Formats: sequence, C-alpha cells, structure tokens
Amino acid sequence: MVAELKNYIHEQYYFRLRLSVAGLLVLSLFALLASRFYYLQIVQYNHYQTLAENNRISLVPTIPNRGLILDKNGVVLAHNFFVYTLEITPAKVKNLENTITELGQLIEVSTLDKKRFKKFREQSHSFESAPIRTHLNEIEAAKFAVNHYRFPGVEIKSRLFRHYPLGKLGSHMVGYIGRINDKDIENLKEDGVYSNYKGSDHIGKSGLEQFYEQQLHGVTGFQQVEIDADGHAVRVLSSNAPVPGDNLILSADSKLQEIAETAFGERRGAMVAINPKTGEVLTYVSQPTFNPNLFVDGIDTENWKLLNESLDKPLINRPLRGIYPPGSTFKPFVALAGLEAGKRNPPFAIQDLGFFMLPGSRHRYRDWKPSGHGIVDMQRAITISCDTFFYGLAMELGIERLTSFVRHFGFGKRSDIDIKGEIEGLLPTPEWKMRRYKQPWYPGETVIVGIGQGYTLTTPLQLAQATAILANNGVAMKPHLVTKIQNGLTGKQEFIPSVVQDRIELNPDNIEIVKRGMIDVTLPGGTAASVGANAGYSIAAKTGTAQVIGIKQNEKYNEHAINERHRDHALFIAFAPAEDPTIALAVIVENGGHGGSAAGPIARKVMDYYLLGKLPAVEPTVVAKPPPANATGTVIPIEEEFHD
Amino acid sequence: MACLFFALLLSLFVLYSASGQDFSRIYAQGINVTVALGVMWLGANISPLNLERAARPLYVLGLLLLIGVALFGTISHGARRWLNLGFMQIQPSELMRIAVPMMLAWYFASREGKPSASNFIVGGVLLAIPVALIMKQPDLGTSLLIASSGFYVLFLAGLSWRFLLVASVSLLALMPVFWTLLHDYQRKRIEILFDPTQDPLGAGYHTIQAIIAIGSGGSAGKGWLNGTQTQLDFLPERTTDFIFAVFSEEFGFLGNMLLLTLFSLIIARGLVIASQAQNTFSRLLAGSITLNFFSYAFVNMGMVSGILPVVGVPLPLISYGGTSLVTLYLGFGILMSIHTHKKLVAT
Repeated sequence: MVAELKNYIHEQYYFRLRLSVAGLLVLSLFALLASRFYYLQIVQYNHYQTLAENNRISLVPTIPNRGLILDKNGVVLAHNFFVYTLEITPAKVKNLENTITELGQLIEVSTLDKKRFKKFREQSHSFESAPIRTHLNEIEAAKFAVNHYRFPGVEIKSRLFRHYPLGKLGSHMVGYIGRINDKDIENLKEDGVYSNYKGSDHIGKSGLEQFYEQQLHGVTGFQQVEIDADGHAVRVLSSNAPVPGDNLILSADSKLQEIAETAFGERRGAMVAINPKTGEVLTYVSQPTFNPNLFVDGIDTENWKLLNESLDKPLINRPLRGIYPPGSTFKPFVALAGLEAGKRNPPFAIQDLGFFMLPGSRHRYRDWKPSGHGIVDMQRAITISCDTFFYGLAMELGIERLTSFVRHFGFGKRSDIDIKGEIEGLLPTPEWKMRRYKQPWYPGETVIVGIGQGYTLTTPLQLAQATAILANNGVAMKPHLVTKIQNGLTGKQEFIPSVVQDRIELNPDNIEIVKRGMIDVTLPGGTAASVGANAGYSIAAKTGTAQVIGIKQNEKYNEHAINERHRDHALFIAFAPAEDPTIALAVIVENGGHGGSAAGPIARKVMDYYLLGKLPAVEPTVVAKPPPANATGTVIPIEEEFHD
Repeated sequence: MACLFFALLLSLFVLYSASGQDFSRIYAQGINVTVALGVMWLGANISPLNLERAARPLYVLGLLLLIGVALFGTISHGARRWLNLGFMQIQPSELMRIAVPMMLAWYFASREGKPSASNFIVGGVLLAIPVALIMKQPDLGTSLLIASSGFYVLFLAGLSWRFLLVASVSLLALMPVFWTLLHDYQRKRIEILFDPTQDPLGAGYHTIQAIIAIGSGGSAGKGWLNGTQTQLDFLPERTTDFIFAVFSEEFGFLGNMLLLTLFSLIIARGLVIASQAQNTFSRLLAGSITLNFFSYAFVNMGMVSGILPVVGVPLPLISYGGTSLVTLYLGFGILMSIHTHKKLVAT
C-alpha cells in the first residue's frame, strides 16, 4: 500500500514535470507567434499599410506566347497573332449589367459574347479583366477609344490568337487548340500545373497541339501592379516575365503533304509515310480534313453540325483511329512468318487450281483468279497476290504462331506516335474470340487471316509502320512527327533522337525473298505494274483490297452494282528505293476498289516528290488500263459457313 | 469558463464582419454554438469512469467508420471524407479527434506506471492506424493533428527522453533522403507551401493576401468592419480557415495579444485540471485535449501569418463551422467532467 502510494506520488510528480515542459513549449510557440505579429504589424506596418491602403495591388498574369509549329523547311503550320479585345475588369465597374448594355449600343455584343464573358468571370478574380468582345476591327476600336471616358474599368487590350495559315492542310496532324473547359481544368489540377494556366484560356485539344501542350504553352509570368480607383495601373511593383513556349519542328514537309492531299482529291482515306531508318513521319494524311481555325475560339453550332454529321466523317483521325482489314497487304508479313518458320522455303511451290480446301471439308476458299495461277512459289505468290498459296500457309502455321510473329511488326498494338488517341487495331487469337464472342476458334478463320481478312484490323499508321519495319530489315524505329524542339527563349534546337523500339531477328535470305516478291509487284506482270512504270527508281510494294460487306458463296461481286460506300477499300503499301529505302508508306482509299489502281498512284506521286523532287503533272498521269489480272479482290464466304 | 464565453462572443463579432455583415451566417453559427454547448453539457455530465469504459468501443467504432469511408465514402472536393448514412452525412475523422486520445489514455492507464518500450510500440500502432486512414482520404491537416494529439498522450505517459531525442534527430537526418525520393512536381508543391511567393497566382495567393491583411492591421487595427482586405473581397476563406486574418486586420496587434492571452489562459486552465486529475486516464486525456486545442490554435495562426504551410485547419472557437465546433466543445465538456470528478475517484 505504501509502495503503491509512493509510486503514485512519484508518477504524479513525473506527470507534472512533463506537463510543465508542455506548458513551456506552448508559451515559447505562442511567443514565436507574438513576435511574428510584432514583425508584421509593428515593424513592417508601413509596408503592408501601403500595399493594402493604395490597395488593389493586383496580380496580373502575363500569358506566354505559344510555341510555333513549323514543317521541316520552316513553313509555319501554327502561329499566333494579336487581336484587339474589349475587356472589362468587374471589380472596377459599378454596374456590370448597365455597362454591358451601354457598350452594346456602341459596339455589337452578341449573346454568345455575353455567355463567354460570364464564363470568363466565373473562372477569374474580379480584378482580372475578361473579354466581352474579341476580334475588334479598327473602326470598332476607334469608336470605343473616343468613348473610353464613359466606361471606367473597360479597356481595349490585345490578346494573342492562334492561327493555322495552311487551314485544312494536315489538320489532323497539327491538331488545334480550343477553350479550356472544366475537364481540362481538372486534368491540369491533377498534373499540378493549373496555376501556370491562370490567364491562359486555350489549350491543345488534338494532334500535336495536344501532345506537346507542355512544351508549346510556356511559363506564365505575372506582374504585381498597383491600381488606382479607376482601374488604371499606376506602377508595376514587381514583375516576372513569361517564358514563351517552345517551337516544334516536324519531319513532315508541307509541300509533300499538299501533293498527297491533292492526290486524294475528293476521295476519303488515309496515308502515312515514314522514313524507315529514323521513324520520322514524312506525311500524315487523313481525308477529308477540316479547318482547325474554326475550333480556336469555340466552333459555332452550324459548322459543328456540318463537320460532325457529315457521312465522310472529316473529324476522324483516320491514320490513328480508322480501322481497316489489311487485305492482301498483309501477305508479305505472313510470307515472312512462313519463311522464318521454315515453311515454303524455295524451291517449294504449289499447283494452284484456284481454290483451297480444308482437309475433311468441301468448302472452297476461292482465289481471286477463278482458274488459278498454276505453279506458284513464295516470291511469285507475293508478286501475283496468290490467295490459295497463303490460305494453305496460314493453315499450316496456325493462328497463334502467325499472330505472334506479325505482332512484332506492330500489328495489334500502339505505335506510340506523338499524337494521342491511337487505337490498337486487332490481331485475332482464339483467346480473344472466346472472350469477345464466347465461341471457339474455327480453322476456317485461320485460313482467311492468311490473306488479311476475317477479324484482322489495322490502322493506316500500323500498316505504314509495319512496312517501314520490313523495309528496315526488322529494325523497328519509333514513329514520330516532331524532330526538333526549339527553345522559345534562346532559339536553341534540341533534336529528338530516333528510338529503336524493337529488333526482330530475321534471316536476311528470307527478307530478300519477300522484298524481291514486292519489287516484282511494280514490274510488268505484278499487280501494280503501272505504279512502277518509268519511275526511275525501284519500288517494292503490295496491293490490297479490303472488303466492306460480306458476300455469299457463289455470289458474284459486281463493283458497279453496289452502293459506292459498300465498295471495297483500296490499300497499297510500298517502300523505295527498294535496295536502300528512305520512304515507306501505306495508303488507304476508302471504297476505292482496287489497291493498285486507286491507291497506288497516290503513293507514286508522293514518292516521286520525296525521292526526285518531281511535282505531279497538272493533268493526272493516265494510268494504263489495268489488265484484268490486276485485281486482288478476294471473296470470302460469310461467317456461318465456316462451321459446316 | 469566462474566457471561453468571451472568446465565443468575440467569434460572433468577427464572423459578422468576415461574412460581409451577413446575419444569416451569425444565426447559423448561433445554432452551431447552441448545439455545441449542449454537447459540452453532456460531456461534462459523463464521469471519467464511463469515459474510460467507452474508450475502446468508441475507438473501434471510429475505425470501422473510417474503413467505411475508405470503401464507400462520398467524394467532395477531391477527398473522400464523408460517410453517407442515408439520413445524414458524418465525418468519422472528427470523432477520432476525441476517440484517439481516449483510447491511448485508456491503454496507458490500464498499464499503469509502466512506461515500457513495448507499451509505447502498441500505443504507436493504435495511433498510426487511424492517422494513416485519414491521411489517405486525403486530409493531411486533420491526420497530423490527430497524430499530435496521440503523441501528447504518449509524451505525457512518459515516453523516454532518449527516444524523443533519437526520433527527432533521425527524422531531421532522413529529411534530405526523403526529399531526393520525391518527384519534381511534389517538391515544387512543398516548396510553394513554405514559400508562397513562388506561386502568387495559385496556392500562394491565400497566404499573400492574409499577410497583407495582418500587416496592414498595425498596432490597434483598422477597427471593426473597416478591414479593407476583408471587406473588398481580397481575402479568401475568410469566415473559416482564414478568419484570423480578418481579426488581425480589424483589431491589430493589441487584438492579437488579447487573443493569445485568452488562448493561453484556456490552455493554462486545462493543464491545471490535468495536473489535479486523480487517475492516469483522466490526466492523460485532459492533458491531450488541452494541448490539442493549442495545436489547432498555433497551426492556424501560424499558417495564416505565413510561418507554417497552409493546411486546412480552423481557428478554434473563432472559425465558422459546425462539426469542428462540436468536437471542440465536447473536449471542454470532458475537461469540466474531469475537474468536477477529481475527488470522487481519489484513492
């Protein structure tokens, strides 16, 4: 009991000791606060007194100039120019409604302007000015200047606006900026860069403008300005200059782009050309295009409807997001898969009777040439696009081996190009089909993958990249549009290095066989002989046709009898000069019919200019009437007939 | 008690000014205060013995609610803090402000007089779980303050000086290591926390305007309802977290000293109650509640005057707001109960 009591007293003594330590801590920290108050309120009183009394020191953000986008030769694709805007500083205006009404009597202010102004106000401090009108012309500016005295708190400012001088040319590549919306703000906050956008009202929404937003935007500066009661800046207390955004320099050439887009004419489709050695993208075409200038200041409903509801879908970024069956352009890759697996190596040849049958089935997978091609070896199979040959090869390889090989060429995965929104395409596997359709894989489906039909889907970019990898003997370079980033302040250029994505181990002999087969495609007897005629350099190519709707067995495909939009897509891949390629490309003309005749000439014009500097003739070169054997159209049976 | 009521009255006056002379805010706060006083009365009528019994269930309930928040909580302003019970929304972290010190006080009281290392490890774990859960919401301010309230219990229970020394030295030593592990943008955020002038348009805006308000208050202040920073909308959050800037601007250095004195008196009274309490549980709890009150006051005034980073912590007794006020007064109620029961539990 005594010990316990003693213990208790000891404990209480100890506790009180601790308590007094805590008390001391409290006192000393409060003393610290008191000294801070003394410093702020007594010592620095005059300083803060001035700041608060003259008051209205306001922080005005100074928006940095957005970086330019230039093509390879310095042609401007995106720049900024000054526009007069009429701006109101809400804190300086007594009756906002009246002021706006009175302004409206002087200068036209539409309801859209008012709506925009309201939105601006909600997003900014009341001492920051917000535009009530943009794009003031000289007369309007002068009119206001004369009446300025009537409107304290309203002033004319100049703001930078983005402009795309080439308009529709390459708009899917360059992209556009638009007004910052709530979603953008959320993203900016998440990235911790929102305060850098105080004062900015635009942000990259698509294309390079979006991907390189961080580099293009620059760093917002600010001024601490002392302002008198009328809202005029009296003096600048301190300022911090904005850092302009960096300029982007592309590998694409706007002239080449123009030639490519003109070659498409009114047709829909896409084209991507890549330098296979570096991965630099040389042209990036998505047809039809749109005018990005419409989006900068918020697109009006009428134009939006026109673009959004058009059957031609001009807003879709086709190279990245358009998916097409590769058709016969898939064959060179299937061929390489076969050769690498030790199948069909020369002197192996088949006797083509015009169709292929699975063992134990009477179903005929027909060749595009009903009578067959006779004796066909690997090289010739590519040159004449022999379907029968590839049906059998695909069957023997099996779907798993086939897809896992061609995946190395970028099929079914993103290429990581410097534009956002790329989709993966599709390389079908039995697991995928089980997941997607809850159905087993049928052997017949493997057969048609051999000729790039069935579920297989690629984007034009993937097809171009696969061609580039083949051209570069299996070394995959990461595709990219921007080659240099120029510092907005110092003008110093930083090169974006070419990146090797993958090195595919391939036997040079096998590559040679495939390339030979592709070179022969553009020589007399090949499926695109006309494309190679009088080129002056050698072209390795492959034509393709992708079916839009299924056609029943025994039903004849009649090009003219069916609706234009149900016609086959024309595909064409090529690289040149074939011995030492510096350009590899893929062209897709939607509903264009035959690859050789519809897509090939576009590719030829681009290669002519790129390799020889040759401009296309004013009259389109008349292509020799394609021989009947020039067709690569393959007719596939519709799905349910596979499982008979 | 008198100090408390004086502070309360003061709070209503400041709030009237801060809200732009809006009476509806005063009514709302009046209701909050009434409820809070009711809770205080309730708290004052629960004997420490019952509090000690309630410690464990309350702590477990709080933990369950926090886990509930993590799983099903409603998100507002990017943080998951609230739990929707169908008929009302509750913020379990507020409950933990009382439950954590109670739990720890109970734990050390039950192992009376033996400040062994293992006891402190268990105590540390009991503290760390709710703190981690709240930090994940994320609510850094509240979690740090709950951590400190728990730490006060550990300290008062006799955490060894050597451990404190080693811990603080190693914490300081680890800082640079931690710093190098951070991402650039995380570092930037921390830099801005400590130096608001780096980001005057964003996170630093509050602090800069608040400092101008405080500094321009001078020795005697601009007078009630005459603060230009306040009345001209330059000060953000001026009825809640930044209300101290309003007070400072309008009542000046003298007002600040008065407020510090008031707070000191309240704290002193709390510490005296703690030292007179007759059992371990009561004194640990009383000490922790009092020192926690101090933390809130210090952190809030520190952040508003620019010597601490801005974390969302209200100024006790003065800021507008319901739940935090209720928790605060419940704490005072418990202090009163401990005071009145000191003789009943004497051995």
